[in-house]
Amino acid sequence: MDNAIVRTLRGLGEKVTSRIWRLGYASRFFLAILLHSGTSLRRINLTIREIYFTGVLSLIIILVSGMFVGMVLGLQGYDTLQRYGSTEALGVLVSLSLVRELGPVVAALLFASRAGSAITAEIGMMKATEQLSAMEMMAVDPIARVVAPRFWGGVISMPLLAALFSAMGIFGGYLVGVQLIGVDEGSFWSQMQASVDFREDILNGVIKSFVFGVIVSWVAVFEGYDAEPTAEGVSGATTRTVVTSSLAILAADFILTAFMFTGS
Amino acid sequence: MSLEPLVEIRDLNFTYDSRPVLTGINMTIPRGKVVAVMGSSGCGKTTTLRLIGGQLRPTSGSVKVGGQMVHELSGDGLYALRRRMGMLFQFGALFTDMSVYDNIAFQMREHTDLPEKVIRDLVMMKLHAVGLRGAHDLMPAELSGGMARRVALARAVALDPMLIMYDEPFAGLDPISLSIIGELIRKLNDVLGASSVVVTHDVQESLKIVDYVYFVSAGKIVAEGTAEEIKQSKVPYVHQFVWGEADGPVPFQYPARPYGEELMERAGRRG
Amino acid sequence: MSRTTLDLWVGFFVAVGLGALLFLALKVGNMASASSGDTYAIQAKFDNIGGLKVRGAVKSAGVVVGRVAEIRFDPEAYVAVVTINLDARYKFPRDTFATINTSGLLGEQYIGFEVGGDTAMLKSGDTIKKTQSAVVLEKLISQFMFNKAAEDGGKK
Repeated sequence: MDNAIVRTLRGLGEKVTSRIWRLGYASRFFLAILLHSGTSLRRINLTIREIYFTGVLSLIIILVSGMFVGMVLGLQGYDTLQRYGSTEALGVLVSLSLVRELGPVVAALLFASRAGSAITAEIGMMKATEQLSAMEMMAVDPIARVVAPRFWGGVISMPLLAALFSAMGIFGGYLVGVQLIGVDEGSFWSQMQASVDFREDILNGVIKSFVFGVIVSWVAVFEGYDAEPTAEGVSGATTRTVVTSSLAILAADFILTAFMFTGS
Repeated sequence: MSLEPLVEIRDLNFTYDSRPVLTGINMTIPRGKVVAVMGSSGCGKTTTLRLIGGQLRPTSGSVKVGGQMVHELSGDGLYALRRRMGMLFQFGALFTDMSVYDNIAFQMREHTDLPEKVIRDLVMMKLHAVGLRGAHDLMPAELSGGMARRVALARAVALDPMLIMYDEPFAGLDPISLSIIGELIRKLNDVLGASSVVVTHDVQESLKIVDYVYFVSAGKIVAEGTAEEIKQSKVPYVHQFVWGEADGPVPFQYPARPYGEELMERAGRRG
Repeated sequence: MSRTTLDLWVGFFVAVGLGALLFLALKVGNMASASSGDTYAIQAKFDNIGGLKVRGAVKSAGVVVGRVAEIRFDPEAYVAVVTINLDARYKFPRDTFATINTSGLLGEQYIGFEVGGDTAMLKSGDTIKKTQSAVVLEKLISQFMFNKAAEDGGKK
């Protein structure tokens, strides 16, 4: 009986310690990436290549999802607003939800599963097939040559993708609200412009997506670099990237929102 | 200078997670020679290579390469030393996202400012040496196992290293590729005036090409000598290994209680 | 894929992304209108500002002529002091009447200007004398309920 309790506690303690240890390791890794970022900037082609793989290849999923989310917001928003007779506020509702929350968050979640998992899988496979080791033996630092460009590629792509998501969503809301349902076009745009503040709403949204970009890219490269060098290890790491970065995005979103939008 | 051996390992101990991997290793790799490190899987051969390359640090003892203590070098010093080393990894470890050409040009582009025209000539020369000049456009996924190994070999010698290390160069190859790789190891070593360490468990192929052999078992050197001496060796383990006998000092059975005892016990329990 | 096609795609991606940001800033947000032109600040005191917020609109004849810059409480007079940034293009008479209105039944609150007849104009730093506070919905409702109850009681 006593033993069972002791064992449980010990197991729990070990789990907590190993999590904290991993967090510490990941933070040290983050610093190493920043320190070794010189190469990604000096040889910008390396980073451009990664922007292609993370950003350009995520374009379709981001644009299509943004469009649909905006269209749904248009339908649902109209349905709710018409009960209060203020359907002209539809533009405000669609744009604020997208710019403040849905744009950065949903785009980051999609980005984590589309690009984050790909980054982890690629780096994990490079580790499993000793490519990283080989690079080290060729006197080329894999963090500078492989990890940092992927990290920066993700960080640069994310805010652009989130902005595209929001813009596409607002267009989708416009299509449904104005073209399909027949909300007045003038008030749709003018009310939107009157209520959406550049600094308060749009800039904060961009800051959010930047933070999410750092989180997803960091988790993705770390999980890949830390993956067990086997096929199962890599697939496990890929799953962990999606789960960890999704949870981290939502938690960070709460914290950022609390800081940004409760002041006024 | 030339009399001093290129690699000198003295009283080397290495423990991993308090488990001893290597104990009391003494090894010398003279300049211009091909030395083999043999032993069964998991006996610490690859660890030896990683210690020479500075990817691991010894628990005690010293590893000296070209007059420099590898484990005392700073990060930059280690990288400078590694530029003069080439390594062939077990399954080639070619960069899968680059073509054969770019794989071999990789180090030249990273470490030198040579114009692309010169790099092209150098790459083609290396590829010609391994007989794959015609395959420079292919991606690693399009190569057969033997071809990939030859490309990796060309990449390992891309910067004309003074020391070439081979980690299981013969693993998983068909007989033809096997002898091609064996010949290339010998030829490249002699042409480049380099020294080579070959870590392998393939006795027949390696004994044909090497000058000297170290036999490692359970983290210790159990025998050493020229290829001929090893073939004649009376050390039971070496004999079993060289002649590929199923049972011997390395037992066929995984350690267990005597089978008879276990059967009796079960019978007793049932009765 | 060759070097140049890749660069082309990335260039395209970055351009479209920046375009989307620009669209958000200019078409969706009010960056274009907010940053245009100079403003001058005046003050107005209200007994109750209701739900008025910083950056709320100031309208005259339905046109936005300025924004609420700051709201603070005067601890001596026990009133709210609202600082308003007015567009420098528009001048208002000194006896302008400021009211707090609500757009729609549940919409945002804004300050409305009803222009008076004074010939002197408001200058930067002036204070509007005549103001009318926000209509507090709860008060209206309770008043209405109270009256209704009194009426019903009288009938019996």
